[in-house]
Amino acid sequence: MKATRQAWVIFTGRYLRELYRQPTVIFIALLQPIIWLLLFGALFKGVSRIPGFGSGSYITYLTPGVVIMTAIFGSSWTGMSYIEDMGNGVLDRFLTAPVSRGALTAAMFAYQAVTTIVQSAIIIGIGWALGADFPGGLTGLVVLIGISVLIAMAMAGLSNGFALLTKQREALIGASTTLVLPLTFLSGAFLSLRLVPSWIADVARFNPVHWAENAGRIAAAASPAWGTVGSYAGFLATAAAVTAWAATRAFRTYQRSM
Amino acid sequence: MVDEAADAIVAQDLSKIYKGAARGSTAVRALDGLSFRVQPGTVYALLGPNGAGKTTTMRILTTLSKPDRGQATIAGIDVLARPGRARSVIGAVSQHSGAVGRLTGEENLLMQGGLHGMSGRKLRRRVADLLDLFGLAEASKRQTRTYSGGMRRRLDVATVLVHRPAALFLDEPTTGLDPQARADLWSVLADLVAAGTTILVTTHYLEEADQHAAKIAIVDRGRMVAEGTADELKAGLRGDSIVLELDGPEGAERAEKVLVEVPEVTASSVNGSVVRARVADGRRALPAVLSGLEAVRLGVRSVTVARPSLDDVYLHHSGRSFRQAEGMSAA
Repeated sequence: MKATRQAWVIFTGRYLRELYRQPTVIFIALLQPIIWLLLFGALFKGVSRIPGFGSGSYITYLTPGVVIMTAIFGSSWTGMSYIEDMGNGVLDRFLTAPVSRGALTAAMFAYQAVTTIVQSAIIIGIGWALGADFPGGLTGLVVLIGISVLIAMAMAGLSNGFALLTKQREALIGASTTLVLPLTFLSGAFLSLRLVPSWIADVARFNPVHWAENAGRIAAAASPAWGTVGSYAGFLATAAAVTAWAATRAFRTYQRSM
Repeated sequence: MVDEAADAIVAQDLSKIYKGAARGSTAVRALDGLSFRVQPGTVYALLGPNGAGKTTTMRILTTLSKPDRGQATIAGIDVLARPGRARSVIGAVSQHSGAVGRLTGEENLLMQGGLHGMSGRKLRRRVADLLDLFGLAEASKRQTRTYSGGMRRRLDVATVLVHRPAALFLDEPTTGLDPQARADLWSVLADLVAAGTTILVTTHYLEEADQHAAKIAIVDRGRMVAEGTADELKAGLRGDSIVLELDGPEGAERAEKVLVEVPEVTASSVNGSVVRARVADGRRALPAVLSGLEAVRLGVRSVTVARPSLDDVYLHHSGRSFRQAEGMSAA
């Protein structure tokens, strides 16, 4: 109970206020995905006519992919705020107060959830404006957004833990840029896995980003296979729980190193 | 065994070695058996150059770090065994601010109170009182990134006082502040101490420790080299200081070389264009010192024979002038 209350205090007392005062962070993070939507949407327009691609237009295929991609791009940077907090004494302030370390992680996850929900909704809107189809209706879209939140949390936990262990901006930038793009390309975000070499499809099966892509796309499509979506969501929730645990443990390692 | 009764802060035999982070870098012994006790409602100052172990001591006592050896209690609570409980009775201000820049001063305090389980009208009243006490009421609705250095420092102290901690830990609270801001901060701290708060403080300013600390510990290379009230420390030094002012730093350096050769001089240090020399008897040593300088035709601007200062105490115990040691570690 105490930890929940503390997480709420940090989430509302700090993160939501910061976001409210600097809402541009949400939109700056959207610039890149919008370019991807427009660029790839135009570039690969013909892809959907390739036999084996499946039904629907390419923008319909691409939009859920860009939603997930944006979620992991954005959340892979959350560790940066910890590194900033280390530099200006804010992290020490939290750590010398009787604050549960889990509450620190939870507050960060809640913040990540809010930004991801807003960003995902905006991208879905832009995709729709560009002609994407969402036969799954509102339910499908809500599930797609939920899935984007889960993968964002899993990635945020990774990023936060990494930041606490390395304490270096450069290390986090390096890790994030090396990890995120390959994970995205090996996920089926841009191209149906039916069209890629079979080893890539095999690798993708173990890629959480692929779980999210697939679950999100199925949910947004007509007559979704909810069982499949549910099991992917379960995997993702587990991944998020594991990285949350790791990020919380990382506080201990961080303190031991100081 | 740590005595839990009388002392507000007890550090016993604290030792810590930092293993080199990078491969091939050597381990650094930050603390080497440091022990001290602080009585409730007093200011205790840790003096020493950068790297002496002051900040490490602060980090251990505020639960941020663990020693390899030793024990610590605050208000009777074992810091190492029960860090969670210790956190509820301490207020810690690190060298960096700790204030969230995009929150207002008031919001920073409210959040801190919330983390300590405070809420509602009681918290609001406490926050308003503190902002008043620290002269921040007017700026309380402004984001703290717009604050001046002095305002931010006052806010930092106010923030960690929300839950009425028994002990306050201030790591170089006045570094970088102008004299007025330093005086302002110390005047509030004096009120807190009068009301019963215990303060452990590190500082670069010897005069501050001299004026405000009930007890001073001089720490060098992770060990305590001297402890006592400012007067005790000075009285413990027999002899006098000869303080020479020269035309510039260059002259001072040359003068010190001369002084080292004078038999009566036991220790010496340079600070800018001022040279201090420790001698057993100032009046007797003075002629020898002056004739030594005369021989190399060094013009002296002024000469004073003075009772020992804290800098002399530092020089005596560590073999280095405080400011020399500062300069060395800063380089």
